[in-house]
Amino acid sequence: MKRRDFLVTGTVLGVGGTLLPNFGGLNAIGLPANNGEYDLAAVRGGEVTAMYDKAMEALGGIESFVKTGQKVLVKPNIGWDAPPERAANTNPQLVAHIIKDCLRAGASEVVVFDHTCDQGDRCYQNSGIEKAARDAGARVVTGSNESFYQEVSVSGGKSLKTTKIHQELASADVFINVPILKHHSSTIVTLSMKNLMGVVWDRRYYHANDLSQCIADFLTYRKPDLNIVDGYRMLTRNGPKGVSEDDVADLKALIAGKDIVAVDSAATLMFGSKPNDINHIRIANEMGIGTTDLDNLAIKRIKMG
Amino acid sequence: MLAMTFILFVDIYEWFPEKWFDSVIYLQFVPSVLHFIAVFSLLTAGGFVAVLLLTLLTGRIYCSVICPLGILQDVVNRISRWRSRKKRFFRFKKAHPVLRYLFLGIMVVAIIFGAGFIATWLDPYSIAGRAFTYLFKPAVVWLNNTVTPVLNDAGLYSASHKNLMHPSVLPFILSFAVIVAIGYFAWKRGRLFCNTICPVGTLLGEVSRFSLFKVRFNHTTCTRCGKCAAVCKSECIDTKNKKVDYTRCVACFNCLDVCPESALSFSPVKLKQPRKSTPEPAPGYAVSTHQHDKNRRKILVTLLTLLAGKRIYALKKNKMPDQQKNLLLSEKDHPVAPPGAKSIDLFNSICTGCSLCVTACPTGVLQPALTEYGLRGFMQPHMDYITNFCNFDCVKCGEVCPTGAILPLTKEEKHLTQLGKAVFVEQNCVVYTDGTDCGACSEHCPTKAVNMVPYKNGLLIPEVDDSICIGCGACEHACPVEAPFKAIYVNGNAVHQLAEKPDFGEKKVIDDDADFPF
Repeated sequence: MKRRDFLVTGTVLGVGGTLLPNFGGLNAIGLPANNGEYDLAAVRGGEVTAMYDKAMEALGGIESFVKTGQKVLVKPNIGWDAPPERAANTNPQLVAHIIKDCLRAGASEVVVFDHTCDQGDRCYQNSGIEKAARDAGARVVTGSNESFYQEVSVSGGKSLKTTKIHQELASADVFINVPILKHHSSTIVTLSMKNLMGVVWDRRYYHANDLSQCIADFLTYRKPDLNIVDGYRMLTRNGPKGVSEDDVADLKALIAGKDIVAVDSAATLMFGSKPNDINHIRIANEMGIGTTDLDNLAIKRIKMG
Repeated sequence: MLAMTFILFVDIYEWFPEKWFDSVIYLQFVPSVLHFIAVFSLLTAGGFVAVLLLTLLTGRIYCSVICPLGILQDVVNRISRWRSRKKRFFRFKKAHPVLRYLFLGIMVVAIIFGAGFIATWLDPYSIAGRAFTYLFKPAVVWLNNTVTPVLNDAGLYSASHKNLMHPSVLPFILSFAVIVAIGYFAWKRGRLFCNTICPVGTLLGEVSRFSLFKVRFNHTTCTRCGKCAAVCKSECIDTKNKKVDYTRCVACFNCLDVCPESALSFSPVKLKQPRKSTPEPAPGYAVSTHQHDKNRRKILVTLLTLLAGKRIYALKKNKMPDQQKNLLLSEKDHPVAPPGAKSIDLFNSICTGCSLCVTACPTGVLQPALTEYGLRGFMQPHMDYITNFCNFDCVKCGEVCPTGAILPLTKEEKHLTQLGKAVFVEQNCVVYTDGTDCGACSEHCPTKAVNMVPYKNGLLIPEVDDSICIGCGACEHACPVEAPFKAIYVNGNAVHQLAEKPDFGEKKVIDDDADFPF
């Protein structure tokens, strides 16, 4: 009896082990990396600041990204004249929490801006982000003034060769990208990569010259050091602004990581679409900017609540 | 009053709540009359009645205290007198009844026949307003932008950069020319404009004949030294006959201060008058304004159209890349009038082009029209979607408009006011010509009247549902194809329509305890 049991158990484990990669590999059972060694952290079911704390723990804490005396740029999505409940802009509480965390780690200063789509002052105010950021100790700068932008060349760009970026990005030591997870009428989803359209002046050029290629091209100029996707409230349709609060679902998730393509792939799956269906994600993967292959990454999955 | 009105026009930080605009501008005569005609409510638009009553009491004190153009002229004249070496700056001059009544007549007829654009050029408040918006405000913004970095570096964030929107050539030149001309009159001859051209001045002047309080000569104590006439800005004191021309006196009281015998007083009617004080008035002239020389108008409109640069667009087309050579020109049946204007016709008949809405508009989408409304609407504001688009939750223009040309709307009403309908031109669209993603139009649409639908090769292309479109112009502004070949543009409604509410759909519920899909 014992031998048979042993053989059966052994076979099951053996077969299971070979089939394991199809179910998400060893990572699916939460193995090999230690805190600080994970490539990606995905949290769900908690309050937004608590989820951030858990995610950063897995990635090695903010100290892994911000050293004493460095200047940090926190770039949220402040694109739309809408209150936080409409999930068109990043959650202001999350933005404030990140700023405080950076200052705690010894940052010399934290700057926040976005080149908004709706009228600048109203976006900054009604999103709640300007006040929350200032109160947390950041310097909030306008993105709506062309004189703040300077021309740079995009080294690996196929469609985007040069562009004007905000001077605060040019002078930042650490670049933290904090988009909101939402639907977008032209690119299906807008996540970390698309959020970077808010650091350039001429977005019209992107739209006129192969939008998806330009979004990917920009990453060859500079990649964010850390991407934190705010999935606390998610716009399920009619994005990027939404038409009413009924477009918003309480997803209560947060995804963070260094590889912008991987983070966006995970977020796309959370939204309910496939990463390879999103043109700019697919192109960035092909260009080697990051990877969509989540199976081969160390992912820490945390369920709270 | 000048300061208060001026501040409203250059309020770049939007400090002043919209309600305040109304109380300051309530007493401006022409806007009040027009507003009354628009709404027939003395409560909202009774300012002009208050002014008439005031005039019956104290004469043309409006001209010295309320009218911004009047006070502006006084400032100019004061500087001129300070710099002048003349012992006696002013001298009694005869009135110009022909000119005065001509302009008054033109104004009256214009208002009756709804030719707002004539009122535009004769209303002193609107003249001042345009000077503030197109000349002074850019200077204020430039100053602000120079001072802001200094303040910000010191940690003071109450100042921030504002977009310097300079007006296009023609509005700038016209505002400049008019204000310089009036300024010149003020420099040389004090209130010459007020007594020769300004129809409000002429009207209130006629009412002043019957005012209770007037500047009166004490015939016994007056020595005819002429000091009063030397300081009279309206040049209306006749020392020879010891008479004041009440139709021109603007109650500035310069004369009262200067008389060494105190022979002048501002006092009510005496029962017995020694002799008649004012000369017989010339009969009022009501001249027909319909002197439209059709040929002259055509030439003028053509010139203006050329100025608008259509020629330049034709040249531009030749320089565009191949796949964009077959683009179609945007054909608008009507321009787009601001939300609250109800209809273009009504708007053109009331608006005086004071440009308060232009300066108050936070996005700068309201711009003075040159040819868009035809000659009738020259310098009146229209929605210029090339410059910007109308912010969805904003209703500022209607809240500040003093004439009722733009009536106030609540946010909910504004969300359903259709200024025009979006028109998609597939031939011009980047998705069609280049086969690449875009969707900038749909991205900005606040009601998703412009939606993206599957096209080919995995691309999405715009589709318009104009029943929920409100004509805000976000799509037209965002479209990356350069005007006038936009792939989507707003065709104005001659009469504003009611849009339908977009279908909100059901809220999705997500199980936040579910597993991760990766």
